Amino acid sequence: MSELKDMTMKSFKSICLALALAGASITPALAAGAGPSPERQNWTFAGPFGQFDRGQVQRGFKVYREVCSACHSINLMSFRNLAEPGGPEFTAAQVKALAAEYKIKDIDDKGEPVERDGRPSDRFPKLFANSAAAAATHGAVPPDLSVIAKARSYSRGFPMFLIDALPGVAYQEHGVDYVVALLNGYTKEDDPNWNAYFPGNMLKMGKPLSDGQVEYSDGSPQTVLQYSRDVAAFLMWTAEPKLETRKRTGLNVMIFLFVFAGLLYFTKKRIWADAH
Amino acid sequence: MANPSTVEPTRRDMLFIATGAVAAVGAGSVAWPLISQMNPDASTLALASTEVDVSSIPEGGSLTVKWRGKPVFVRHRTKKEIDEAVATPLAQLPDPQADKARVKKPEWLVVVGVCTHLGCVPLGAPGSRGEYDGWFCPCHGSHYDTSGRIRKGPAPLNLAVPTYDFLSDTKLRIG
Amino acid sequence: MSGPSTFVPQSALGRWFESRLPLGGLVHSSFIAYPTPRNLNYFWTFGAILSFMLVAQIITGIVLAMHYTPHVDYAFVSVEQIMRDVNWGWFMRYSHANGASMFFVAVYIHMFRGLYYGSYKAPREVLWILGVVIFLIMMATAFMGYVLPWGQMSFWGATVITNLFSAIPLVGEAITTWLWGGYSVDNPTLNRFFALHYLMPFMLVGVVVLHVWALHVTGQNNPTGVDVKNVQRDTLPFTPFATVKDSFALVVFLIFFSWWIFYVPNYLGHADNYIEANPLVTPAHIVPEWYFLPFYAILRAIPSKLGGVMAMFGSIAILAFLPWLDTSKVRSANYRPVYRVFFIVFVLTCIGLGYLGAMPAEGGYVLASRLLTLYYFGFFLVILPLLGMYETPRPVPATIADSVLPQGGARLQPAE
Repeated sequence: MSELKDMTMKSFKSICLALALAGASITPALAAGAGPSPERQNWTFAGPFGQFDRGQVQRGFKVYREVCSACHSINLMSFRNLAEPGGPEFTAAQVKALAAEYKIKDIDDKGEPVERDGRPSDRFPKLFANSAAAAATHGAVPPDLSVIAKARSYSRGFPMFLIDALPGVAYQEHGVDYVVALLNGYTKEDDPNWNAYFPGNMLKMGKPLSDGQVEYSDGSPQTVLQYSRDVAAFLMWTAEPKLETRKRTGLNVMIFLFVFAGLLYFTKKRIWADAH
Repeated sequence: MANPSTVEPTRRDMLFIATGAVAAVGAGSVAWPLISQMNPDASTLALASTEVDVSSIPEGGSLTVKWRGKPVFVRHRTKKEIDEAVATPLAQLPDPQADKARVKKPEWLVVVGVCTHLGCVPLGAPGSRGEYDGWFCPCHGSHYDTSGRIRKGPAPLNLAVPTYDFLSDTKLRIG
Repeated sequence: MSGPSTFVPQSALGRWFESRLPLGGLVHSSFIAYPTPRNLNYFWTFGAILSFMLVAQIITGIVLAMHYTPHVDYAFVSVEQIMRDVNWGWFMRYSHANGASMFFVAVYIHMFRGLYYGSYKAPREVLWILGVVIFLIMMATAFMGYVLPWGQMSFWGATVITNLFSAIPLVGEAITTWLWGGYSVDNPTLNRFFALHYLMPFMLVGVVVLHVWALHVTGQNNPTGVDVKNVQRDTLPFTPFATVKDSFALVVFLIFFSWWIFYVPNYLGHADNYIEANPLVTPAHIVPEWYFLPFYAILRAIPSKLGGVMAMFGSIAILAFLPWLDTSKVRSANYRPVYRVFFIVFVLTCIGLGYLGAMPAEGGYVLASRLLTLYYFGFFLVILPLLGMYETPRPVPATIADSVLPQGGARLQPAE
């Protein structure tokens, strides 16, 4: 009998393992090509208890605003988001002043198209009417950066891609690491468009950042590496503005479920005690 | 189920009660997001206020603008209309409210254009303004006066006054 | 096993109602008094888990439908609005997206359990075939649901899969155009996929009711595969025994599920699907969701368009014939030493095909896909029919009670 049970358990275990493998046999898409893998960064928002570093996200917004926003929109974001909890958390007054610096296309009450000052409830404006207009200006379409940190990834290969899903070692920051790598990937002095991390290596966007370009008031180093980390963290927030809420809720849910499972386990044992 | 042991029944009951209670807490916690998701979302809550240029409305005329998905009537009242509204004794009103409590500047009346009976939009064009020269709701026959107050018909309350400010003499911000 | 109910309500009102509509009797006989074999292991809790997943997907799906816009210009943005602005929207969306994967995790375990313990054999053939129908509807539902966020992978997945139908001789092109409602995947396609994605779960509910009905007519199989001989000795009433066991298993499953929702919500998706659909640019690698990968590998293993499509659909259709392909008299693989080995190889084959489905279709991967595809079909068409004739099974216990109760079941179930 026990031998039988053993064998059954063995088969079950192999089935479980097999299914776990099958379940995980997906390939994180895009990027990397045959190029080097992006270096793994040390993010405050990684891991089950991760939270954004406010200062970093605020600096990242500054970099975005002074550099990236010349060509890249973040049209899924509204100005008001900048004051919401879980992000850079600027004050409502700061956001109002900031929004007013933008010009928003609107229709007035006579039906005439006008440009008015932005309000916190407005979205960050689109920079081009459509992708054809963008391509005509830049020779390529600068992607909207709202979800870019989730829209880029790289393959970690077998077996790392399986390990990336596991509690304790879970790795979800492929995209944001790729952004940092890309911004630091212009390694050929003589070719500003050559990028080590871009698939095919020829990137229409020339090296966008240089040391000292953006002024930081909090004493953080004004280097390309720091800029790229800060702006990547900011873009992670724009891609996942509910990240902090999600992880906090997750902790509560997990605690609840473990307690509930424990109680049910003993209840089950108690009820079944008479049956076997 | 009869078990003569003295300790077991209570421990057993406690276990079952605790499990049931935790299950109830779980069901409640899951119910909340499901209910809450139907409340206005963040973009709706943050919806912009509406700005209106009233310089083009002649005396006696009115303008309808959309605010939070509802019509708002902005009426440029004549002297006669103002006098009528002010002179009406409060005792004659189903929902007593003085005219001056309903306007910021006497010549401008701003009300939400939704009948307080069942939500139709009252008529306000000259000739269809009802018995009190204000608005007339064709759905169930409510008559409003020149201050947007209910005078006759099934509606229980006066037309609501939204929050608004005069940014200048001719510029109005609703909301 | 589910004969006329003997249920009599206690209150007079209950009896009045029961004599007019025997709802209480139905519930009582199906979920309270229903006899379950006393030796069921935790693999038998996946039926309950799957029922839960179906309901959970329908609830979160209805919530999402309240906020989603099925139009090519707004679909992608409306999904992002759900993630950002709708109260708890991120939770609903991540639950629904990962819920689809969890649904398939559970259904695959459920199916392999049936395959291992011979749950498809007489008298449970109809039960099994209804299960295959459920699986097919699930796949169609999942596929259409994946199109709705209107990302790059949504669009190109829809394009590739609908193009499969163009392999049909003569009418293929016409069928594809009909599916699209145009000359490519576009707004009409998105709109109808949304309508069908909303409809199909309710069809699933209908077939699931039949599935459970068929189950309650034949009774559950069990790890020994031996029929219930004595209801008193061999079975336990569904409530409280199965209810509490299923609940425990469900909560453990929810812990697993929650890990994906709250901590790695995008792991099972594709980064490309956060890029809005663009009909002019195909992503470098088009990969279906993980649960379709084995079938996708079979599709690509065959070097002909029509052949590949037929092999892919055949690999699912063949499951419906399983009750007649397996000739063995013994149900449970616990007593079939040779079958057990072939079964394990089969499971590994499915995993292997899943891996190959995600790899580029080139070089050694193609050869490996072909070998595994061969084994997949060989398992059903050659191994199962022949094995029943040549395998010598080990002795099977006389009764279910013998397999679990000490000393041949000296202790009987407690009085209710």
